[in-house]
Amino acid sequence: MKRLGAGSRHRIGLTLNGREAGGWAEPRMLLSDFLRHALGATGTHVGCEHGVCGACTVRLDGAPVRACLTLAVQADGRRVDTVEGLAPEGELNDLQKAFRRHHALQCGFCTPGILMSLDAWLDGRPAPDEGEIRELLSGHLCRCTGYGGIVAAALEAARAARAGDVGEDD
Amino acid sequence: MSTLGTARERVEDAALLMGRGRYIDDMPTAPGTGHAAILRSPHPHARLLEIDAAAALALPGVHAVVTGADARAWSTPFLVGVRQPMEHWCIATDRVRYAGEPVAVVVAEDRYRAEDALALIDVRYEPQPAIVDPEAALGPDAPALHEAMGGNLVSERDFRYGEPEAAFAQAPHTVTTTVRYPRNTCTPIECLGLIAAYDPGEGVYDVLSPFQGPMTLHPVMARALKVPGPRLRLRSVPESGGSFGVKQALFPLIVAMALAARKAERPVKWIEDRLEHLLAATSATNRVTRIEAAVEGDGRIAALRLDQLEDCGAYLRAPEPATLYRNHGNLTGPYRIAHLAVTNRVVLTNKTPTGLNRGFGGPQLYYALERLMQRIAVTLDLDPLDVIRRNLVAGDAMPYRAAAGAVLDAGDFPATLDYGASEGALDALRAKRDAARAEGRLYGIGLAAAVESSISNMGYITTVLSAEERRKAGPKDGAVSHATVAVDPLGAVTVTADSMPQGQGHRTVLAQVVGDALGLAPEQVTVALEHDSQRDPWSIAAGNYSSRFAGAVTGAAHLAAVRVREHLARIASQRLNCPAEDVRFEDGRIFGAANPENDLDFRRVASLPHWSPGSLPDGVPPALRETARWTPPELTPPTDDDRVNSSAAYGFIFDFCGVEVDRLTGAVTIDRYVTTHDAGRRLNPALVDGQIRGAFAHAVGAAFYEELAYADDGSFLSGTLADYLVPTTCEVLDPLILHRDVPSPVTPLGAKGVGEGNCMTTPVCLANAVADALEAAIPDLPLTPARIAAVIHGPEGAPPTEAPPGR
Repeated sequence: MKRLGAGSRHRIGLTLNGREAGGWAEPRMLLSDFLRHALGATGTHVGCEHGVCGACTVRLDGAPVRACLTLAVQADGRRVDTVEGLAPEGELNDLQKAFRRHHALQCGFCTPGILMSLDAWLDGRPAPDEGEIRELLSGHLCRCTGYGGIVAAALEAARAARAGDVGEDD
Repeated sequence: MSTLGTARERVEDAALLMGRGRYIDDMPTAPGTGHAAILRSPHPHARLLEIDAAAALALPGVHAVVTGADARAWSTPFLVGVRQPMEHWCIATDRVRYAGEPVAVVVAEDRYRAEDALALIDVRYEPQPAIVDPEAALGPDAPALHEAMGGNLVSERDFRYGEPEAAFAQAPHTVTTTVRYPRNTCTPIECLGLIAAYDPGEGVYDVLSPFQGPMTLHPVMARALKVPGPRLRLRSVPESGGSFGVKQALFPLIVAMALAARKAERPVKWIEDRLEHLLAATSATNRVTRIEAAVEGDGRIAALRLDQLEDCGAYLRAPEPATLYRNHGNLTGPYRIAHLAVTNRVVLTNKTPTGLNRGFGGPQLYYALERLMQRIAVTLDLDPLDVIRRNLVAGDAMPYRAAAGAVLDAGDFPATLDYGASEGALDALRAKRDAARAEGRLYGIGLAAAVESSISNMGYITTVLSAEERRKAGPKDGAVSHATVAVDPLGAVTVTADSMPQGQGHRTVLAQVVGDALGLAPEQVTVALEHDSQRDPWSIAAGNYSSRFAGAVTGAAHLAAVRVREHLARIASQRLNCPAEDVRFEDGRIFGAANPENDLDFRRVASLPHWSPGSLPDGVPPALRETARWTPPELTPPTDDDRVNSSAAYGFIFDFCGVEVDRLTGAVTIDRYVTTHDAGRRLNPALVDGQIRGAFAHAVGAAFYEELAYADDGSFLSGTLADYLVPTTCEVLDPLILHRDVPSPVTPLGAKGVGEGNCMTTPVCLANAVADALEAAIPDLPLTPARIAAVIHGPEGAPPTEAPPGR
């Protein structure tokens, strides 16, 4: 097993939103800090640093994780997807558009984490109901919206994905 | 086509959804910027004997350690709103008075090292007895937080309006209740943060942050830093990750970090973490209220007596005791109550200092008032809806001067109540309750009504002073807001204002407002709201608080846009050969009313004042840029008999709900919630409903989950988001929102504030429903399952004294 010295910095290489990226990190550096301050991917937000609020949620090799409970060194050699990857050409995806349409955000600080959780979760669930969406979203805290718009947007995005799938399959 | 009044999508959202927002922790920093961490007192009350920072300073990468000695050298204590010998320094000097009070600041090359250094600072404390209960803090034996004060009572005032004694003597019934509103806080998901710099050449402190105002705090900070106002430059970031008032609490840290930048001789960045935020940022006041009504047999209230004991924590931090006085003029809520007696006391305890928090005084006031309304109905065996309805100010009485001075500007409260009850199907809910009860279930209905005050009078806080003290201090009144509309050389329009948004979508609304006045689509109007105290217009009333945006700031923007339109109309009238008052602005075209086909391009007309000032009609200024100031003349200073119109506009809210209590666990489920609002003219209905939903969610938290809890010895018990429980999607249902709009005659566009009301009505509406379900007295908020279970099943027995077998 690779041994890392606590006081020294190590080169971390990963695939960020499909592109190679790298920087230096001490073993104790959080993935959230590494993404934001070493790689400049400031779309991932830090709300509590103890894993409750969900604002820092990113995908690590496809699975959603709290970047504040993950060390940067754990992401070495792996794929990390963040909110910046959802609209690579500057064109909002269906989920993002649904958020805008339903006023599912106000200050926008919790939004990236919620988008990343939903993006991962809706991948595997063609027809979620409201109860399932509320259960999934209970891993995120939002203080502005009262959640109604977020739930509505998630339901609409799921419907849109379903319609899109049908179109492609047929 | 005007978009004002339509649910436009927000211009803010695309960037935020792409992760391209620019919050304080995303902002660029100068090379060499230091990162700060704060050493905080572990004691709620202690003498501070000695600080040894040698080991911390010896750690490689540490630039400076700042302590109370530096605060003494370069700053002064903060100004306090009442005359009391109380010293509040930005960093503790000789005593700490709450767990979490800053004791030292470390500046290092990164945050990790700064936190390493905190562990190396050696502080010697001499712990003192702490006091957390506001009533106990008034006792003769209570430890005094500030020795020079002699006790913990910082302010006491009695008020009397009408003939309350006579009304109480004559009334057939007296109904009384005492409530204790707990400490809670709105916890924006982004914590506090700032970047501070110091220029020793000119002695200028420059701080970038999501500070939201109120700008009354700017002179407080500048004075603490011993500089004239312009030498404290406050700049705001483009985005703030929410505030709900809470980011007001940046102000003592702005001063502390300004000193840190000076000592470290480099810019300093500080980002608060969540543990610090919960422990020490700020809190709503906890308040003990004894409220008493003189009541007729039909539930009509002849007089009201309020005894309010406000707990502001360890220091009276500006603008406190504003929480207690914000609703002073409208202490009688939406009711017609001519006689009123009030005793207000403010006490200090060993807890975090209080400040702005959504609702600001409203949750505390209405929790008492609307619990009393329910108690009146129960005591006199009346329908609670009738008790509310019989006491409401009538529609034809508007504008109505309330006993303590509020001028309720507009509305038809009884009609709004009736509309809410019928559209929200209150009768069906009652039938549901009857059916549930017949099955033996604990189901209850709660009601609550309130006026939602918005656009605070700069003078309301001076009601804490006597009339003579006010005369000495000079008049304070009004609520000035600023907005600027500028036209560039190609005729494009820009808006700036002093609104300091915290995520509410101000840019969207201002684009709608100015677009509406100039006949432009909102997309053609650019709004930039990063505020710079050295360069942008602002008044002492500026900032994002007291729900002042919808009424005040949009009003100023409208007036500025109208002035630009008037200038452009005069230019166009020459070319269209028609009088200026006949010129119309629509869809980017300018034309005479009589001849719409002969039109001009807005941009062509609007750019002329740049290119050819010589060809402008007399009186049209070159290079159009209009700054409008607006202040409501209705906001006059408190009168000598202490009547004050504390806010400019008063919305009305009527809520009702049905809840079910689990008989076994005491857990409460909200079955249905209906909230009916008169928010005046709604400029963007989607944003209005967003504010209502957001406040409702905060209120659900306040009712059932959230409390900044302290042990009797002053230690803090709710230091993480796993202890301080914020409701999630599974706890917050979507309320039914109803509207019945009566435009305000006071604000230029008729809008009233709407962002705080449900924090005032919803906690007490839910509590009334729980009381109805239990048909018993209820415990204090938050109504946790354990507290409710104690009502249903009696208190738990003592824990077993012997270890269970097998251990």
